[in-house]
Amino acid sequence: MQVEAYAGEEMVLNMGPQHPSTHGVLRLELETDGEIVKKVTPHIGYLHRCFEKHAENIDYPGVIPFCDRMDYIASMNNSLGYALTIEKLMQIEVNERVQTLRVLMAELNRIASHLLSIGTYAMDIGSFTPFLHCFREREKILDLFEWVCGARLLYNYNWVGGVSHDIPSGFVEKTSEFLNQLEPVIAEMDKLLSYNKIFLARTAAVGIINKDLAESFNVTGPNLRGSGIQWDLRKEEPYCAYETYDFEVPIGSGQFGPVGSCWDRYYVRVREMEQSIKLIRQALDRLPEGDVHEMVPRRVKPPKGEIYGRTETPRGELGYYVISNGGLIPFRVKVKSPCFTVLSVLPAIARGAMVADIIAIIGSIDIVMGEVDR
Amino acid sequence: MNFFREILLEQLPGFREFPSIVQTFLPMLLGCLVCLALVALFPLIAVWLERKVSAHMQDRLGPMRVGGWHGWAQTIADGVKLLTKEDIIPKGADKLLFKLAPLVVFVGGFAAFVVLPFSDQFIVSDLNIGILYVVAISSLGVVGVIMAGWASNNKYALFGGMRAAAQIVSYEIPTVLAILTVVIPVGSLSMQEIVKAQAGGVLNWFIFQPVTFFAFFIFYIGTLAEVNRTPFDIPEAESELVAGYHTEYSGMRFAFFFLAEYANMFLVSAIAVTLFLGGWHGPWLPGPVWFIFKSMCLVFLQMWLRWTLPRLRVDQLMYVSWKVLLPIAFVLVLAAGTIALITEGPA
Repeated sequence: MQVEAYAGEEMVLNMGPQHPSTHGVLRLELETDGEIVKKVTPHIGYLHRCFEKHAENIDYPGVIPFCDRMDYIASMNNSLGYALTIEKLMQIEVNERVQTLRVLMAELNRIASHLLSIGTYAMDIGSFTPFLHCFREREKILDLFEWVCGARLLYNYNWVGGVSHDIPSGFVEKTSEFLNQLEPVIAEMDKLLSYNKIFLARTAAVGIINKDLAESFNVTGPNLRGSGIQWDLRKEEPYCAYETYDFEVPIGSGQFGPVGSCWDRYYVRVREMEQSIKLIRQALDRLPEGDVHEMVPRRVKPPKGEIYGRTETPRGELGYYVISNGGLIPFRVKVKSPCFTVLSVLPAIARGAMVADIIAIIGSIDIVMGEVDR
Repeated sequence: MNFFREILLEQLPGFREFPSIVQTFLPMLLGCLVCLALVALFPLIAVWLERKVSAHMQDRLGPMRVGGWHGWAQTIADGVKLLTKEDIIPKGADKLLFKLAPLVVFVGGFAAFVVLPFSDQFIVSDLNIGILYVVAISSLGVVGVIMAGWASNNKYALFGGMRAAAQIVSYEIPTVLAILTVVIPVGSLSMQEIVKAQAGGVLNWFIFQPVTFFAFFIFYIGTLAEVNRTPFDIPEAESELVAGYHTEYSGMRFAFFFLAEYANMFLVSAIAVTLFLGGWHGPWLPGPVWFIFKSMCLVFLQMWLRWTLPRLRVDQLMYVSWKVLLPIAFVLVLAAGTIALITEGPA
């Protein structure tokens, strides 16, 4: 640390790595002048678990549980991205039942992930009650997942060529029931939190990521859509037959402040939950017959080559770059993590914010350190 | 003090034979013990109540097992736990200030209990400057908070302490102005006089008079900020500064802060009841019962607000105090003075 860095008036405050609201083990070094933050330096790596190194030492299906553990809140989407990438490399076409089940699980997990994100965000802002309401609903989703594949949080569900378990009988009815009672809860959340004056004062003019900044930093997912850019991989580069579903992509419109504020990002997530409900209903309606293990190869041995596959997870564009040398074990799996890229915007938008705003900004970009550090 | 003198005269044989110094101090001691009992007992109930109220608002149950019926002994168990905890003083902390701070905060709240009028007889000391005394003594708490923040040798605690000091001092001004709008029609600072001026039915309560109706809201919001309750709980914002000015405190020292906060909650509710809600007036039931019941209603309202609203940022908090509450409070004082002038003529 150089002497010039200390202008005499500034205080270096360390937030984390153990901190109630940095969403995992993130260390933020703040240089503050009183309450105003002059500079933020995120220090990451506290949750680095060598995913990419593990992937070089274990066979292709064995990598899937590791994928789950990166973004442990939206595991279905992680393993979906990986499975799709390997299937592209091996040129496997899965049947429609598998595609529909994948969409069903991915969207349920999207709702669960957004519920957690909104709940913890509200708690960071000081409103403790929505956190518990969101978790109550999330518990119901986790119960559904446990019913299907036996696990609540890390499923090992999307396999190369299929899925691990078919849904049990009664699942479709139970899920419909759940969706019916979820819609009023989201409406209640709007009444309690979204338009609350104090919440708006804390978030609507804070942490503005404008269009240019978002594009130049490769921000993706709800964070990008909160800045007003209409870009969703499920519409632009559809996978799992997403083009056959009818859904909208909400974007931030700057209703209560400049476009790209924390409130816009939060609001995009709330509306995305509603769209996911729509998608799940369509998936439940059209669930065709089929065998989910039909196309699962006995041994996953992709041809020599490299490929990049990307999907839209609740946090943004998750990309897998896989290099295969023709053997049973991948040569290299590189992950492009959406949380990592969006965390890199933090120093740019944090100048001039207050300490309380830093909390609001981190909550709104919805990072999971498991994915940032891998 | 007369109240306790009477009790001692009746109950204690030979009280008259005691030396005069004992005759002076024994009623005071008795009064203080009563206050202490209240200050110690009320947080016990309030913490349990808060946990139950918050639990039911959040669709869960709260304490259910400790002591049997709905976990009523939970706070006692927590108190015992805090008593037996290791007393940790941070290495670079200013030892004297660190140890004194919780006491100063506690005393600031405790000392104000002596002027609370529980009934027309039961008041520990009916000072003729009652409400002024309350305002003055509860400002002592700010000194304790700053001491705690500084002496902890911890940046988070310092932040919290400074924020708390700024907040409490800022919100005292509209609060005191709101109190003025009550003092002007009554013509006296004494707590008993203020309550007696509201005699004769519910409509005589100051909350239903034109100017003091608005003053009640200013007072209530101001005191929410004084006791650091959400939406003004920046000094102890758990998600931002871990625990603000009491981050480094453990065991009984922390318990003192905790106790002081809940005792303060009751104190400001009791003052609001005295000033605006008719004090101990009420049909059939004895005065103290009404007083405590009304105070508990306001305490419940404080808890309700905490679990519903998000938290204001510190600059927004200052904005609300200086640019919203203060001008309104000034206008109200002006209005109260004008009405007094018109109805009673120049003094």
